[in-house]
Amino acid sequence: MAKVLVVTSGKGGVGKTTTTAALGAALAQRGEKVVVVDFDVGLRNLDLVMGAERRVVFDLINVVQGVAKLPQALIKDKRLENLWLLPASQTRDKDALTEEGVGKVIDDLRSRFDWVICDSPAGIERGASMAMRFADEAVIVTNPEVSSVRDSDRIIGMLDSKTVRAEKGERVEKHILITRYDASRAARGEMLTIDDILEILATPLLGIIPESQDVLKASNVGTPVTLSNADGAPARAYIDAARRLCGDTVPMQVPTERKGFMDRLLRRRAA
Amino acid sequence: MEAAAKVQRQMVRLRGRSYVAFVFVPTVPIQDWLQEIDTTIARSPGFFAGRPVVIDLSSVDLSQSGIGHLLTSLQDRNIRVLGIEGVEEGRLTPSMPPVLSGGRSCVIEPTAPKKAEAKAETKPTSLLLETPVRSGQTVIFPEGDVTILGSVGSGAEVVAGGSIHIYGALRGRAMAGVNGHTSARIYCQKIEAELLAIDGFYQTADDIDAALRGKPAQAWLQGNTMRITALN
Repeated sequence: MAKVLVVTSGKGGVGKTTTTAALGAALAQRGEKVVVVDFDVGLRNLDLVMGAERRVVFDLINVVQGVAKLPQALIKDKRLENLWLLPASQTRDKDALTEEGVGKVIDDLRSRFDWVICDSPAGIERGASMAMRFADEAVIVTNPEVSSVRDSDRIIGMLDSKTVRAEKGERVEKHILITRYDASRAARGEMLTIDDILEILATPLLGIIPESQDVLKASNVGTPVTLSNADGAPARAYIDAARRLCGDTVPMQVPTERKGFMDRLLRRRAA
Repeated sequence: MEAAAKVQRQMVRLRGRSYVAFVFVPTVPIQDWLQEIDTTIARSPGFFAGRPVVIDLSSVDLSQSGIGHLLTSLQDRNIRVLGIEGVEEGRLTPSMPPVLSGGRSCVIEPTAPKKAEAKAETKPTSLLLETPVRSGQTVIFPEGDVTILGSVGSGAEVVAGGSIHIYGALRGRAMAGVNGHTSARIYCQKIEAELLAIDGFYQTADDIDAALRGKPAQAWLQGNTMRITALN
C-alpha cells in the first residue's frame, strides 16, 4: 500500500528540501520504490539537491494540465535504482496547481510507487495546501527556535483540518523532525530544548538532525546527504528517521557536544 | 542647513463621524415640559442614560439665564446636553454646550426591553475539545464554557461566552465572558498567555506577573480590574 508523505514546515529555510531528498534516498536504499515530488512551483530546488537539474524536460504542472504523461516527467535517479523525481515548473506559479489535477497525479503515483514524498513550499498558501492535501503522513520539519516552532504548530493545525483525510474524519499521521540542532548552543541554553519543542507541538518525534557542514556540501554537489557522506552524523540521523517511518524501533540519538582532544586543549587556552 | 533644523510637523488627523442624538424641543411653559420629561424617566429609568441629547430652542424664546436654568434642570435629571439648536450664538455663554446646525432627522428605533426570563430558560451549554488548539486556529463559543484537554498554542484564540478551562499550557489568547458575563473566569495549568480578557477587560503578556509564568493560574474580574492568581 503506497504512502503519501508530505514534508512541510510553514517557515522557509528550515530544511524541507534537504529532508525530502535525504529521506527519499534513505528509503530507496532500503529497497522501497520512492518518488520525490517538488511542489515549490516557481521556486523549484529539489532538482538541484537531487542533482537532476539538467535532465528536467517535463514537470508537475505539465502533468497536472495533461500536456505530458506522468512517465515522461519522471526522472530516474542515476545513483539509486528505486528513486525517482517529479520536478516542479520554474516558469509557472502555484495557481497552476488545481486540486483535481494534483489529485489525479497523486493517485497515479500511488499505483506506481511505495512512497510518494511531497516537498512542500514554505508558507500556508496554495502550494503548501496542495502539497499536504492528499497526504497520509506528514513530516513537520522544525528548527529549535520559537518562530519555526510556532509556524509548525500552525501547519499541524492545517494538517488536522485541511487535508482530505481530516475532512473524511481520519487522521494524518504526523511526525516532528528537528533539524539544524546545534548541541553546543543547546548546552549554552541558546536554543529551545527538544523537550520544549515536543511539549509545544504535542506530536511524536521522528528524529533529530544535527547542524552540520555535510548538509550544505551535499546540497552544493547535488547529492542527498544520506548518499554523499553516509557515515556522517546528519546522514545517520536521516537513515534512522527513515527506518522509523517504516515502522522500525530505533533508539533516539540526541546529538551531544563532541569535543576532540585538540578542541579541548584549544578551548582551554583560549579561555 | 535650515532644512535640517526644521522640526518635522506632525499631521493632525481629523475624522468625521455621525451619531444619532435625541432632540428635545422644550415648549412653554417650561415647567410643564419638564414634568413630561420626569414622567418618561419614571416610566423607564435610564431611558436617556448615556444618550446624546440636543435641545432645540426654536419654538421658545429664552434669555441667557433662562437657557442656563433649563440646562441645570436637565442636569439634575442626569441628562447631559451635547449641543443647542435654534438659537443665535450670542445668547450662549462659553460654558454652555455649543450651537449645532445642519441636523438631519431620523427615526430612533426603540430598543426592546431585555427579557430576564428568556435568559434563564436557555440552559448553559459547554464545549469540550480533546485536541490542542494550534497556532492560527480560533475557537468561538458564545453560548457558554469551553474546556480544552490540551494546550492553546501561541497565536491561537479561544473566545467563550462563559469560562475557559485549559488543561494544558495557555500560550495564545483567551477571552472569556464575551457577552458581558462578568463572573466568567479563565483557568489554565500553565500560564504563558499572550492576552487574557474577561468581559472586555484585558491584560497582555507584559501585565502578567512574571512569577506566575509557567504556573497554574486563574483570572477573574474584581470590579473593573482583572486579577490573575496562582491556582493551588
